[in-house]
Amino acid sequence: MNLAYRDIRHNLFRFILTCLGLGLLLGVVLAMIGIYRGLVVDALTIARAPAVDLWVVEANTRGPFAEASRIPGDLREAIARIAGVSSAGSITYQTVETDYRNDKLRLYVIGYELTRPGGPPDIWQGRAIAKTHYEMVADRSSGLVLGDRIRLGRSMFTVVGVTRDQVNSGGDPAVYISLADAQKLQFDLAPSASRIAAARGAAGASRDTVNAIAARLQPNASADAVAATIHRWKHLSAMTQEAQELILTRSLVDRARRQIGLFTSLLLIVSAVIIALIIYTMTMEKLKQIATLKLIGAPDRAIIGMIVQQALALGLIGFAIGANLILLIKDYFPRRVVLEPDNVLILGLIVIVVCLLSSGLGVRAALKVDPATALGG
Amino acid sequence: MTQSPLVRVDRISKHFGEGEARVDALRDVSLDVQARQVVALLGPSGSGKTTLLNVIGCILDPSSGSMDLVGERVIENGRWLRTNLRSLRLEKIGFIFQFHNLIPFLDAIDNVSLVLELAGATSAEAQARASELLDYLDVGHRSHSMPAKLSGGEAQRVAIARALANRPRIILADEPTAALDSKRAQIVMDLLRKVAVDQDAAIIAVTHDEKIFDRFDQIYHLRDGRLET
Repeated sequence: MNLAYRDIRHNLFRFILTCLGLGLLLGVVLAMIGIYRGLVVDALTIARAPAVDLWVVEANTRGPFAEASRIPGDLREAIARIAGVSSAGSITYQTVETDYRNDKLRLYVIGYELTRPGGPPDIWQGRAIAKTHYEMVADRSSGLVLGDRIRLGRSMFTVVGVTRDQVNSGGDPAVYISLADAQKLQFDLAPSASRIAAARGAAGASRDTVNAIAARLQPNASADAVAATIHRWKHLSAMTQEAQELILTRSLVDRARRQIGLFTSLLLIVSAVIIALIIYTMTMEKLKQIATLKLIGAPDRAIIGMIVQQALALGLIGFAIGANLILLIKDYFPRRVVLEPDNVLILGLIVIVVCLLSSGLGVRAALKVDPATALGG
Repeated sequence: MTQSPLVRVDRISKHFGEGEARVDALRDVSLDVQARQVVALLGPSGSGKTTLLNVIGCILDPSSGSMDLVGERVIENGRWLRTNLRSLRLEKIGFIFQFHNLIPFLDAIDNVSLVLELAGATSAEAQARASELLDYLDVGHRSHSMPAKLSGGEAQRVAIARALANRPRIILADEPTAALDSKRAQIVMDLLRKVAVDQDAAIIAVTHDEKIFDRFDQIYHLRDGRLET
């Protein structure tokens, strides 16, 4: 006879309510873990999108994501000719706000050379940019759909392709346009400001500057060796993809990452305390029955089994409710929630350990009960 | 040939605390209870009757003395001769409580069969025996009722069935009629007497209930830890 099951069945409504409450709490913990992972993934998405090995930026900067960087666009030819480099592409990055469906839309605009590294990793709907002007590939998180026309600066762009999950570290959706359009967008001034600049004699300044040059290397080339070669040019810095990712995770999103990490840890501790309290209370409510069981001869293992099984049932059902809830709603979060199987598994194991430790408190109380307390009123 | 008593308590003493705070709950108490005998322990609060019931029920360690249960020496000079007192209780003693103490999340039949399963019976064997006992005590029709749905009398009958489940030869009852009205108290006492005869058992009850005094074969009075017949 399974006493744990019988007790649960007898108080089913209360048990389900408790599981539901615990499930919501564990769901929040899972969501926080997902947001934490999502933050890291988002931070790396744009840097990983062009699938390159080396980033060439302005000297003494950690650009183009962590710091501003501006280098001449024609340097791309020189980079492409370095031994070990298989291809290179100039890229610009800028944040733009525009109007879309009577609202402000914040976009992370990436300009790239259409036949070179730097473009979207894959197109989910539509096609890649085919014309050098006024076409755009937008991420679906922007809300833009195929055929939409949207104004950026002084030009109208048509959405020809849609990507998925391409956002910057701040969560702004990425849109891809041609490098020429991006440079025009970056340097085009409003007509009035343009007239003032012309009067100051600045009209002839070159607009062929980019934020970075991304390079792919030949299979047997050493990224560090190529970076060292580029470093010899005093006005340039070069960093490997690995170094770029390290900057992004350690520098750009570090505070947010640590903040969410700390909050997640606190939530885990709160969950552990709540689980412990629930299980301890469940046991304390049954002390008279436990005393009776002891008096009629029930061995300790029967009593321990009842408490531990109930604790595990509570934890695992609560965890299943929480995990399913978050899996169902995670796509509706404004920022990406990334739940890998290992995250879910680790939290599941933590819940099991917490339940076992918490039931230890209940078991301790149960084992201390004097069977004589079953006698008398 | 004289039959040996089912319960033999020999000069059992029990004290709590030491020095100035010492309380002598039992002082050299001796009593024999034979099979088919129904005896009562009476006495004012603090006289030691519950302490004596706890010692006979293998719940409380005595300070000195000896005790035999169903022919087996279980206490010698104040020391238990068996280490697992719970299995000793499961094997030899049935308990009946003042407020029936049925497990609230088990129905009547499972409250009875639980004791049998704890003693090693299979589920089918336990259910069959439990059903038989509930019928014997006229509560077979309430087999699948939860304790909260039973009347006081029915719950006490189920509790008696539970006490009888493992065919114990000793039944200890703590105020078995305290929660019942006069009519039901008489019925329960008649049942206990029937059980004592049918099961060849000894029944020891702690009670204050004067209306059932005439149902006992012998009444022991406890006063300041001493036994008076």
